[in-house]
Order: sequence, then C-alpha cells, then structure tokens
Amino acid sequence: MKKVIGIALVALLSSVSAWSETPEEKGLAIAVEADKRGEGFGDSQVELKMVLIDSKGTEAPRDMRVKTLEGLGEDGDKSLMIFDTPIDQKGVAMLTYTHKEKSDDQWLYLPALKRVKKISSKNKSGPFVGSEFAFEDISSQEVEKYTYKYLRDETYDGKDCYVVERYPTDKYSGYTKQVAWIDKAEYRALKIEFYDRKKALLKTLENKNYTLYLDKFWRPGLSEMKNHQTDKATRLEYKGYEFKVGLNDKEFTKNSLKRAK
Amino acid sequence: MIERLTWWLVRHPWTVVCLTLLIVVASGFGAKNIKLNADYRAFFSSDNPHLQAFEDLQDQYNKVDNILIALVPEDGEVFNTRILDLVEKMTEESWQVPYSRRVDSISNFQHTYAEEDDMIVENLFEYSTDLSDEEIADKQAVALKDPVLAGNLIAYDGKATGINITINLPGVNQAAEVPEAVGYVREMVAKYQAEYPDVGFYLTGVTMTNNAFPEASQQDMQQLYPVMILLILVLLFFSLKGMWGTLATFSIVVFSGAVAMGLFGWPSPEVTPTTLSAPVMIMTLAIADCIHILMSYYHGIAKGESKQAAMVESIRINFQPVLLTSVTTAIGFLTLNFSDAPPFHDLGNIVCIGVLAAFVLAILYLPALMMLLPSKKVSQSFGENSKMQKLSDFVVKNSRALLMSLSVVIVSLIALIPLNELDDNTIEYFDWSIKFRSDSETIADTLTGVQSMNYSLKADGEMGVVDPDYLNTIDQFAEFLRSQPEVRHVGSFSDVMKRLNKNMNGDDEAFYRIPDDRQLAAQYMLLYELSLPYGLDLTNQVNGNKSATRMTVQIDKVTAQEIISLDHRAVAWLEENAPQYMVTEGASTAVMFAHITERNIKSMIGGVVGALFLISFIIMLSIKSVKLGFISLIPNLVPAGMGFGIWAVFDGQVGLGLSVVMGVTLGIVVDDTVHFMTKYVRAKRELNLNTERAIEYAFHTVGVALSATTVVLCAGFMVLMLSPFAINAQMGLMSALTIALALLVDFFFLPPLLLWLDKSRNESRHQNSDDHSQGESDKPLEAQA
Repeated sequence: MKKVIGIALVALLSSVSAWSETPEEKGLAIAVEADKRGEGFGDSQVELKMVLIDSKGTEAPRDMRVKTLEGLGEDGDKSLMIFDTPIDQKGVAMLTYTHKEKSDDQWLYLPALKRVKKISSKNKSGPFVGSEFAFEDISSQEVEKYTYKYLRDETYDGKDCYVVERYPTDKYSGYTKQVAWIDKAEYRALKIEFYDRKKALLKTLENKNYTLYLDKFWRPGLSEMKNHQTDKATRLEYKGYEFKVGLNDKEFTKNSLKRAK
Repeated sequence: MIERLTWWLVRHPWTVVCLTLLIVVASGFGAKNIKLNADYRAFFSSDNPHLQAFEDLQDQYNKVDNILIALVPEDGEVFNTRILDLVEKMTEESWQVPYSRRVDSISNFQHTYAEEDDMIVENLFEYSTDLSDEEIADKQAVALKDPVLAGNLIAYDGKATGINITINLPGVNQAAEVPEAVGYVREMVAKYQAEYPDVGFYLTGVTMTNNAFPEASQQDMQQLYPVMILLILVLLFFSLKGMWGTLATFSIVVFSGAVAMGLFGWPSPEVTPTTLSAPVMIMTLAIADCIHILMSYYHGIAKGESKQAAMVESIRINFQPVLLTSVTTAIGFLTLNFSDAPPFHDLGNIVCIGVLAAFVLAILYLPALMMLLPSKKVSQSFGENSKMQKLSDFVVKNSRALLMSLSVVIVSLIALIPLNELDDNTIEYFDWSIKFRSDSETIADTLTGVQSMNYSLKADGEMGVVDPDYLNTIDQFAEFLRSQPEVRHVGSFSDVMKRLNKNMNGDDEAFYRIPDDRQLAAQYMLLYELSLPYGLDLTNQVNGNKSATRMTVQIDKVTAQEIISLDHRAVAWLEENAPQYMVTEGASTAVMFAHITERNIKSMIGGVVGALFLISFIIMLSIKSVKLGFISLIPNLVPAGMGFGIWAVFDGQVGLGLSVVMGVTLGIVVDDTVHFMTKYVRAKRELNLNTERAIEYAFHTVGVALSATTVVLCAGFMVLMLSPFAINAQMGLMSALTIALALLVDFFFLPPLLLWLDKSRNESRHQNSDDHSQGESDKPLEAQA
C-alpha cells in the first residue's frame, strides 16, 4: 500500500510539472486527487430512496438510510444501511467494512430472525436488492480498488472533464473496465460507463444535482443507472445530507446492528 | 387490340427482348436486399395473444432465449474431476458468449448451507481438480437431490449435464446477432470436443431454434433449387418436345422468380424459410402459361403458318384463359394475407407478383423471343387426342356410376377430415438432416425436456411473493405439475425458500418447508439476494417489485394437443386451488406454436371463403352462367377436402404448413375448372353441341394441356418435399396432392355432374344437335385445339 501511495505521490508531483507522464500515471493521479478532495468529512448520514424501473417504465421504490464513518489510515470507510421499506424488510440493517486491499466484510441483521448473518464476500458484484446497482457501485470507492488509465479531455454536460478508464483489481468484480468522466474543477464523477465480463457496455451511471456541503464535500442529489442490455434502470434520490453528526466506531459493530434505527 | 399488340411485338423482337432484360435486371436487383430472419417470433403477428403473453413474461423476468449445451460422457460418469473441471471451464468461458446474460450449470449453482450461525452461499463445484472423491460424492448427492438442478442441468441418473446460457439479444440486427452467439458457442464446443473426444456435446435452446431457421433456408437453397431447375428443364423438354421452346420458357420462369423476389426485396425485408419457397412456386406456376401459348404456337407452325401469324393466333386464343387463370391464382395466393403468421403474407404476396409477372412476360416477351429463336419442325404429337377420346368416352358412358361412386369417395374422405390432429413442434419443423433436430432429440433422451412452459404467478401486490400462503400455493402447484406425465422438471421459487428456511435453521431437514412468517421469508430472500454473485440474481424467477414469480416447466417432446391439454389441466388446478389473481395460462414458444395452426386455420378460412366467392364470380362472368358458376364451386372445393381426408388416413398431423394449403392451391385448382368449363361452354353455345358432345370437346381441347400442367405443378410442389423444413415439405406434398386430385375431379366427377345437372332441357333438341355435330365433329374440334 505504501508503494501505491508512493507512486501516487510521484504521479501527483509529476502532474504538476506535467511532462513525461504516462496515461496510467495521469489516471492514477486524477483518482488520488479526487480521493484527497473527499477526505475529512468524518461522518455523514443521508436518506435514500431507491427506485427500480423496469423496461416498461413501471417503478418500484424502496426507502433506506445510510450512515457512513470515514476510514482512517489503512482502513476504508464503514457504512450502515438501514431499510425502512418495504414493510416486510423494515429494520433490516447492513453493515459494511470497506477494505483497501482485501474484499469488503458485510453483515446483515434480520429483525424477523433477530440474528446477524455474514454475507458472502465474493458476491458484491451481484445486483443490490434487485436494482441495477451492484454493491461494488455504491460502496466506498477506494483508490486501490482499481488501476487507471487517463484517456483524454472532453467536455461533458458543459464541464471540462478528464476521461479515465479504470480496471477493477478484485477478481470477483462484475466488470472488466469502467470509463469515468471526472470534471476538472471539482474532481466529481459525472458519468461512469460499466463494461461487463465480455467487455460489452452494460450500464451507464449519471450523477446529477451535485450540492456542496461544509464548503468542501460534493454529493450528488440524484444518481441514475441505466442498464443498456435489459433496458431497466434504477434511480437513487438522496435527501437530507448531514455531516459530522458525531457517529463513532461503536455504532458500526455487529452488535450495534440490532439496535440500528 | 391484343392482336395489334402482338403483331407489334413480333415485328420488333429485339427491342422487346432488350427492354425486358433491362426491366428484369433492374427489378431483380432488389433481391439482394432480402435478409434471412433468425427469429421464430416472425411467425406470429404482433397482436397474437400467445406472443404477447410471452413478451410480457420476458419483460417481467429475464429473457428466456437460451443456448443449452449438454455434455454426455460416453462412460456415463459426470462426477469425476475430469468432467467437473470441463464443466467448470466451460461455465466460466460461457460468460464470454456474445449477448450472454447469465450462465447456469452444476458448477456455478449457488449452493447454500449453514455453517455455525452463518449461511454460506457458494459455487457447488469450484477448483474441481482439487476435490477429493469424498467431497465429490457429497456434492453429487446435493446436485442429484436439488430440485433446481436434477432433471434440468443434471440428468436424474447423473449421466449427462448441461450448461444453460441465457441470451439477451439487443435485437438491433437479429439476423447477425443470433449466428454470432451460436458461432461463438460452436467454436468453444469444437475446442473442448477436440480435448474431450469421449464426451458428446449437444446444443439446443431457443437461440439454437432461431438459428436453425436460416440454416434450414440455406440448405433449402442448396438442395431445392438445383433439383427444381433440372426438373423444369426435363419437364419442359418433354412437354414442348424441343430445345428452343424449353429455353425460352426457362428464361420466363427464371425472370418471373427474379422480378417477384426483386420487387419484394426493394424495401429490404427479412424473410423466413417459408418465404423462400416462393420462387419454387412461381417457377412452377409460370410454366403453365408458357405451355399453353407455345403448344398453340407450334400447332400453328405445324399447320404451315408463319411464325408471326402462328404466334398472334396463339396469343389471341390464349389471352383470356391465361389472364383468367393468372388472376384467380393471384387471388388465391393473396388470401395468404389472412394468415395469422406473417411469413405467409410474404409468401402470398411474392407469388402473386410472380404470377402476374409471368403472365406479362408470357404475353409480351415470349412472342418476341420466339421470333428470334429458330422455329422447329413439329411432329404430329400435338394433335394426339386418341387417349383423350377414350377417356371422354369412358366418362360419358359410365357417368352415372362415376357420379355415385365418386360421391361416396368424396363424402367419406371429407368425413375423415376431423380425424386430423393439429400439431406444431418447433423441433420437428426440422428434419434429421439439421443438426439442431438430432441434438435436441438426444438432449431430450439424456438430460431434460427440450420444450418448456412458463407460468407467471401473481401474488397479492408488491412484495407479495413472500406471503406464506402464496409460497405454499405455488409449492403445491409445482408438485401438481411434477405429477403430470409430460413434465420432466419444474423450477419454482418455493424450492428456493424451502432451502433457505432449512439453511437458516442449521440445515435441519424438518425446516425444509415454506417459512411460516411473511417477514421471515422476506428477510431470508433479502439475505439470499445480497449473497448472489454476478449474473446469478433472482430476476429470472422473481419480478422487479416482487409481486410475481415465474414457474418454469420443462416438458417432454409432446404434441401440440398434449401441450394445450397440460396447460388446461394447470389452469384448472389454479382455478380450483389458488386465488383468482394467480390464475394464468402458460406462456412459451411451445405454447405459441401449439396454438398457431388453429389460429391460422381460423384466420385463413374467412380469406379463402371470400376468395372463393370472388373467383366463382369471375368464373360466372367469364362463362356467363350463374348455374355453371355454382356447379364449378364443387370441383373447386372438393380437392382440398379430399386431400385433407387422405392426409387424415396416412398422417393425421396437421401443422402450420398445411393450414395454408387451401390458399396456395385454390387458385391453381380453379384453373383446371376454368379451362374445362370455358371450353365446355363454348362447345355448347358457339358450336351448339349437346352436353355429352360438349364434354367430349372439352376433353379434346384442354385434356392434354391440363394433364401436362398438372404433372408440372405436382412435380414442382413435390420438389418442396426435399426441404429439411417441415412447413415447406408438408405444404409441398399436400399442394401436389390437392392439385392431382383436382385433375381427377375435373376429369371424372365434373363431367358426370354436368351430365346430371346441366342436361339440356329439351331432349329432342339435344338429339338434333347431337346428330348435327356428329356429322362434322372432327372439324370444329381440330380448329379449336
């Protein structure tokens, strides 16, 4: 990991001087910069409405809340997702420890059974609760989870962007590559294209309505994922972002899951 | 008018021939735009309810297009490291198949079990080469016991296994997408076949069915057309007794086909193998026009007339009957537009264009062309009427006996029609020369049912699928289906819930049942969903808002009637045992094809009856007699009826191809009647002959030509029997049979009928005219021949 960060630093430095930089170095430098700009939010919570849209346009909504605790040093972020609807799954809570090097750990609390169950770690590439998002799409985007390659500059949605390819390092990932449009001004991912295991375009994610919190942290108000192979889509609507609400490690343990509300 | 035109044509032969060539090439060029359609859906109109039910199903769940690769080791041993490793490698590689959405096999089957307090979800076979015999035996027991796998992806006896690839075609260019996916799979299979020569690899599935259609067409083209062309040349040579006439006619036959396919091809349509039988039909039909014209022409030459005069006279006397028969044939083929299956619309329209093109070419181009070719010495054989005389004598003499006995035959054959059973089977559409057929049959024998049905069972609202009552009902429904003799395998969501309940209770067999509590079931499902890996989600079984599940039923290769009957039993069970909102009919390609013939016959009947009246009206107009028009209905209708009666005796399975035979043959059958009746009427009116003599006259004038055209038409349609595609083969056989019967009816039944119903009112006048004609009978007969 030190090595990666070392490379990142070199890459960053060289991006300042901006010569003799390979596309791989530049891609990594962009990812590192984006990651750096997101640092320091401490903790956050948000209400999330997930709307599943089938190929005929029929919508099926589901409400949940997400609490996140920023990881420090070697650790990735920890997150807690609490389901409010549908009624039969109310109170189900999912705890995730993101890791930079190994696969994430996940546990699920089932209130009807009053038990916490570990979720198989290989399977984060499956669809998340029937949506077009895989868990790997919405979990914390650690720099180390991909290798990178800068492609070109391009204007997207009126903003100057870097277009960067990234390749998942996890062999259980559902993707062979992703192409991200990251705006030069704020390093926000405006659009990401996902290519499946046979290298065909699978999905496109668009992040919209970015809002600035605490003068530093940009968060999208709306994320739309469109599956090109099935014509299904999923919309994530974020509401009521709060930062630095005083969450701590104790609220992100297996035992705390049962009390999560 | 027509004489002046023909004179002009025979005086400017080069201009006419060159212009014709130009027009034919220009319009024929469109044929290159025709693409082969690789989609069984092409056989269904967009408002077909069974297609709609099936499309709805696919919208709610995953697509069900698939390629199933079956692996059958020679020694019958699937469960050893070598074969398991093969399955694992092929499963992994199958994700690379273009447009694949999902891959299922015993290897990546999501095996769930309890370990301490956790539920483990993992591939059943992974790193198979490292497995000990004991581990393999354990996993083998799991595979052979699991209701999802056994009888589906692993044979009940464990001697064959399958890899099922779900395909989701973008549908932008289906004609290219299907072969792309199939090609990839075939290449992959060939690679492993070389490595594992002791394993049999077989392919079936919806995508393979789709692929078999264009492949069968190509085989059609390669097999049918050389035979067809040879046949035409031989037949022409024998009936025209000369090379130049044969070549001239052959050019018309080819041009008619080219013009029809070309004009049809300009808007870049996609066609099915059925449509590709059109040129064979056009070629066959085009010959008849030419034979009539050339026979008269040679007759004139034989009498010593100049080429030009002989041709003008030939056109003069043939123009009306050839026009009439072309129009009635065209009308007959246009009735195919009433079919519920769009490929028959195309077939009907192409043949209609072709028949009209053949008419125009025969009237305009043939006269000009013949002027450029050497005329030939004509033998007396064109006047050969002694056989016809005998035939006519026989019929007139035995008129009463023929009328009686044939009536009995006709009535009994028609009475046999209901013995026919409707049957369509997409696998049996292809004969054994198509690999898809033999592969599918092998898979049916060794692994699983190759036909399927799906029931989308609605629950009570969103998230309703976790309701214990609902789950218990679908579980009982699955059990009911499993108890049906045709059913090989049932995939039900209730099996997943039962297994999860067991896993969540420490793998206690007592908990292998539906959870009692709705929330518990909902949360088990959520945990399971979150545990499933890439591509193996629940969307193939549970719809988006969890308000319905899909039950998949694999069935043996049974007849359409048995499929419909199974569906009826299933619906009856649901009506009796399930809430009303759960009641639904089965949906699948098998169900769609099971109903297609019945729907098609129903939709065709209206069109055929309408066309029959239209044609009869045209006949009435041309022979100017309402009574004879009605009489002519009998020989027009009876041949198809007899044909289906004979079919009931010898085959009895009526498929899609036969449902359009009425339309295909109607116009052709009518031609015989038209020729016979016009000559008969002319004899009565113009020559003042009595009924017997008029019949004799008709035999003399058109008997030979009708026999010749019938031989040509029967032979032409029988060429279609060589098609590996059953729809074409059956259509060809039945059409040939109907056309042959039509000639029999016109020769042996129509004359007795006329003698009975059209006997002159005045016996003495009849006697007089008889005497009168007797005296100079030879002259008018010769003059009109």
